[in-house]
Amino acid sequence: MGMNDFWKLCIKNKSVTVPAIIIVSIMLLAVFAPMITQYDETRQDLLMRLVPPQSGHIFGTDELGRDVFTRILYGTRISLSIALFPTAIAVAVGTALGILSAYFGKWADFAIMRLADIMLSIPGMLLAMVVLYTFGGSLSSVYIALVLMEWGSVARVTRAAAEGILENDYVLAARAMGVRGYAIIFRHILPNLIPSIIVLFTVNIPSSILAESALSFLGIGIQPPKVSLGLMAGTSKQFLFQMPWLSLAPAGMIMLLSLSFNFLGDALRDVLDPKRRAV
Amino acid sequence: MDGALIIAKGIHKSYPIGRGKRHPAVKDVSLELYKGETLALVGESGCGKSTLARILMRLTEADSGEIYFDGDQISGLAGRDFRPYRRRMQMVFQDPASSLDPRMKVKDIIAEPLKTWHIFDNKAEILERVKELLDMVELKESALERYPHQFSGGQKQRIGIARAIALEPELLVCDESVSALDVSVQAQILNLLKKLKGELGLSCLFISHDLSVVNFIADRVCVMRGGMLCETAETEELYANPRHEYTKYLLSSIPVVPGMQGA
Repeated sequence: MGMNDFWKLCIKNKSVTVPAIIIVSIMLLAVFAPMITQYDETRQDLLMRLVPPQSGHIFGTDELGRDVFTRILYGTRISLSIALFPTAIAVAVGTALGILSAYFGKWADFAIMRLADIMLSIPGMLLAMVVLYTFGGSLSSVYIALVLMEWGSVARVTRAAAEGILENDYVLAARAMGVRGYAIIFRHILPNLIPSIIVLFTVNIPSSILAESALSFLGIGIQPPKVSLGLMAGTSKQFLFQMPWLSLAPAGMIMLLSLSFNFLGDALRDVLDPKRRAV
Repeated sequence: MDGALIIAKGIHKSYPIGRGKRHPAVKDVSLELYKGETLALVGESGCGKSTLARILMRLTEADSGEIYFDGDQISGLAGRDFRPYRRRMQMVFQDPASSLDPRMKVKDIIAEPLKTWHIFDNKAEILERVKELLDMVELKESALERYPHQFSGGQKQRIGIARAIALEPELLVCDESVSALDVSVQAQILNLLKKLKGELGLSCLFISHDLSVVNFIADRVCVMRGGMLCETAETEELYANPRHEYTKYLLSSIPVVPGMQGA
């Protein structure tokens, strides 16, 4: 399918456009945060501590008098960067290794898959904690932790999918007509994997967001004065019953982002599958 | 018929079936395919005929045996040395659905062998050749921009044939190429293959389990059973006067419509 057809189909399909519009709007809000709010995400105003939602502070303020809406915008920046970059790296690395594993088989397959098994046998959060304690709680160590957590399952799924593709006669036909290995990978395997890759990417985005939120909630991820959605939910949990907006606002944003990416992934898979498309 | 295009001598191939045991798929098969003829390989499912075809095309490696193509030994050649022979033999597959990449347009599918071998310098020439090939397999030019799932089984098989003849091969291996099709479509494809064979001077290895199909297309027939050849004969000779018990059994199992004479 050409990219033009793909875009046309996406634009026509409401289950693609609705989550895509939500995600793009959230991205725009995050990128243009300094123009949208007059507050600074770290500026404290001790006279305005813990005020409930009102005009000027639509989500109220936290225990140090910082505007919660502003902090959500800036926190979303970090959560989105964590949603996109480490997930993209993990999917790229996992896909490359999965394809090599399926295509070359034998010892390459054995080595790659046993490594993936080892990574998958370590609980993800434990692995992330080890990385974060070793490298310190910075943004780049969160990236490293997430890539390590996610590449293994991506490699496993893409290997299985690539093996299925390799069994098709069109791969045998390509070999019979003398198409070389790299061309078989890039012309036949990779394009047929794209639906799987897109689904893996969008399924892993919410789990990256959630993993970062959990790590920051536990206090070992993003460190103040940086702000992330998980960190906000974590620090405001002591006020959960008295001032629920402090937790609900960042939690709602996490949920909205995760759900939008999940729905987008499902819808894109349907659009990209030629058999499910109306002819 | 002048000389042999393919000579196979003593081909053996077995597959591991676990616990150190091996299942022999092809046992000591020797055959010759003459230039310009259609040689049919018949036998029931699992008798090793597809494996043998893949060995002859060097898509599967034999355990032992020698293969000659147009007088040159091609068994045991390293990948790079074998490559020139690749384009001289092409294959049409059984399952039209899985033999075409679902994400490629028909024009890209048929152009793939042309691009792989850098036969033309520019896209316009490739497209021209693709159109010519579509015409040869009796498909309309409107097929160019469409995807395989938009075609019927017979049309897909025509696309597969166009791809296979794009490189003007000397040998065309048809592996059960009509058995997935309706009977009426089978006849169309068989007629097409016959026509192309005449136009292009192809030699053809035709693999089938269907003796009435074989009777229509083949000059000679090899009957295969359990990995071994049990009889090789001219088609008419084989149908009129089968010598091997198994051939007689196969012939007797062709369904006959009461009131009609022969196939």
